[in-house]
Amino acid sequence: MNVMKSLVFGLQSAVLGLLLVAAVSAQTPAPQPNAASLGNVEAGKKLFVSDGCYQCHGYEAQGSNATGPRLGPRPIAFAAFSRYVRQPTGQMPPYTTKVVSDADLTNIYAFVSSRPAPAANILLLK
Amino acid sequence: MSEKHSVDRRDFLKTAAVTGAAALSAGSAAAAAQAPQGTPPTQASAPVAPREVDPGGNVEVLTTDRPGGDFMVDVIKTLDFEFIASNPGSSFRGIHESIINYGNNTKPEFITCCHEESAVAMAHGYFKAEGRPMAVLCHGTVGMQHAAMAIYNAYCDRVPVYVLAGNSLDATLRRPGVEWAHSVQDAAAMVRDFIKWDDQPISLPHFAESAMRAYKIAMTPPMMPVLLVIDGGLQEDPISHEVSSRLRIPRLTVATPPQGDSGAVAEAARLLVNAQNPVIVADRAARTPAGITHLISLAEALQAPVVSQGGRMNFPSRHPLNQTSNSRQLIADADVILGLELTDFWGTVSAMRDGLTRTSRSLVKPGTKLISITALDLATKGNYQDFQRYPEVDVAMAADAEATLPALVEACKRATSSDRRSAFEARGKRLATAHASALERARAEAAYAWDASPISTARMTMELWAQIKNEDWALVAESGIMSDWTARLWSFEKHYQSLGGSGGAGVGYGAPAAVGAALANKKHGRLSVTIQGDGDFLYAPGVWWTAAHHRIPLLAVMHNNRAYHQEVMHVQRMANRHNRGITRAHIGTTIDDPNVDFAKIAQGLGVHAQGPITNPNDLGPAIKRALDVVKRGEPSLIDVVTQPR
Repeated sequence: MNVMKSLVFGLQSAVLGLLLVAAVSAQTPAPQPNAASLGNVEAGKKLFVSDGCYQCHGYEAQGSNATGPRLGPRPIAFAAFSRYVRQPTGQMPPYTTKVVSDADLTNIYAFVSSRPAPAANILLLK
Repeated sequence: MSEKHSVDRRDFLKTAAVTGAAALSAGSAAAAAQAPQGTPPTQASAPVAPREVDPGGNVEVLTTDRPGGDFMVDVIKTLDFEFIASNPGSSFRGIHESIINYGNNTKPEFITCCHEESAVAMAHGYFKAEGRPMAVLCHGTVGMQHAAMAIYNAYCDRVPVYVLAGNSLDATLRRPGVEWAHSVQDAAAMVRDFIKWDDQPISLPHFAESAMRAYKIAMTPPMMPVLLVIDGGLQEDPISHEVSSRLRIPRLTVATPPQGDSGAVAEAARLLVNAQNPVIVADRAARTPAGITHLISLAEALQAPVVSQGGRMNFPSRHPLNQTSNSRQLIADADVILGLELTDFWGTVSAMRDGLTRTSRSLVKPGTKLISITALDLATKGNYQDFQRYPEVDVAMAADAEATLPALVEACKRATSSDRRSAFEARGKRLATAHASALERARAEAAYAWDASPISTARMTMELWAQIKNEDWALVAESGIMSDWTARLWSFEKHYQSLGGSGGAGVGYGAPAAVGAALANKKHGRLSVTIQGDGDFLYAPGVWWTAAHHRIPLLAVMHNNRAYHQEVMHVQRMANRHNRGITRAHIGTTIDDPNVDFAKIAQGLGVHAQGPITNPNDLGPAIKRALDVVKRGEPSLIDVVTQPR
């Protein structure tokens, strides 16, 4: 039961800032399909790994309560997404345009948007 | 060392043996009656005298049948240790031989370890499962240095480990070479900052008293490791007549844990009963099953939410008042927070941002009252900084939380009016709804990436749960950060089902602690399972041989994310802060190229093993096969390639 909390080394606090994003996500009426469609999903998948997004959010952008929230399949609006990546208010490290270009960020956004919705009625989760 | 020194040693032994023989000539019924049987710790033992020894005449005496180590075993048996874990070392060869022959290798039974860190961490895990300490034997100097990390973990986790270390005090009697390198003036110095007490007895009567004192100190909250340094001569030399007349094993009475002051308890009850939004936060609160019962009583008396920080199994995970998943909001809304044996009360009510500039802020409203009950207020060590930042609390009880809870429960009941009782009931209903919602949210989140490869930690958690939930299971360790899925999705009820973490966050605790706890669980017939991190595995994998050798049943499912992932994220943080990108964050932090074949390592150590498993659909059948092995009484390991968290 949360036995390795000491190893989290403060990163659980990252959830605070990023949960705000998640909360915004829940209130967002719909994703911006235009922004997602502008990006390349396959390129975004590679960038999601090479830029280290997976480290906190998982390879499928499924998130973790210890490090960073779920990002897909219905991310927050691209403008808010981009703003948070550039200027995060929580524990997330900032990604400037020098590190991740706007084009790359668009591809990443396309990738997280494309994540499949979970299957319903998973027996082991009943 | 010259030949003369060797002759001196023989002369010394001869003199001692003859002295012992003289003692025997005086006659002692007690000597003949003395048997190497253990007695419960609370009972006194009879005086001990030497057995008959060969008088020898004028020939050189080469043997003794009553070395000092035998008496040490009598003392250790009195303390009722089941096991003594050790990597063998010549500095304790005397007591080693006495344990296995004179003591018949029972109570304690010698557990062969491949590293002293494993031996101590096994004792660490064993205590948390069994509730009583295991003894550990460490080789002089080098063994203690190996053991130091695990001792520090136990110290931070407030766990008693009973450490005995060999040494050779008399410089004129040391064998040349290695024995000098392993001898030290002050063997305890290297660990004294993170143990509770130590001694280096200079006689067997001294050993007996210090052995009792060490046990008593270790077992009094705040519990911590203790160390007895035992001289090689004291172990090996015959017991002299003069000493035998003074040998006795003192009576041991373990101290009752300190309870909170009655006035402070009454004030805490007043604050809790009158609070609109009280929160109970527990970390290492429940030392025994009774601790869980008391905490349930308190929570139900107040219908107050409980947040478990997981240092121990404090509160059933499916109890409607368990609000661990909602802790952040509850802390923010609280007007009274009761902290029970918290490692970090400041960190519980504050947040720090790890940015270019470190900033912190309070998470609680102004005026929120903080009540602390912790035996750590009685700890006085200052060098190592595990005590965390100073918390500004309103009521501080320097007391053991579990021992104080019954009085606090009664005080709360006495202070509760009918109006407050009605308010409590309404609060309880709201909390029950919140608890159910949190469980549903967790299940919904677990569904994401369910079919992914690498396998999601949620999928792995639930594949395992499906096959153990109807057994008498115990999650003995969880070395790897798994998004708290077990706490969020499993039903924890019993005190041995969750044992908390390492304490000092020294990686390498998970595997040996799991083996130690599984050793404790074996006689109870419990199914021990562990989530085994890959980095943790690689510290001292020899402990898996120990598990195989001693037939310790344990199911290990690996959380193998092929990295020291915490450090990947730290390097990423630095790289981003320095605006350099993270493309090199894997350097020095990942465990790939080549990927480690953990199953092959485990198989080489005599452990049934499978993997690497990368397809989530293969996991369930692999767990079933592994369980068949574990139920036969052996360890089994499954290497599962997983998502990072």
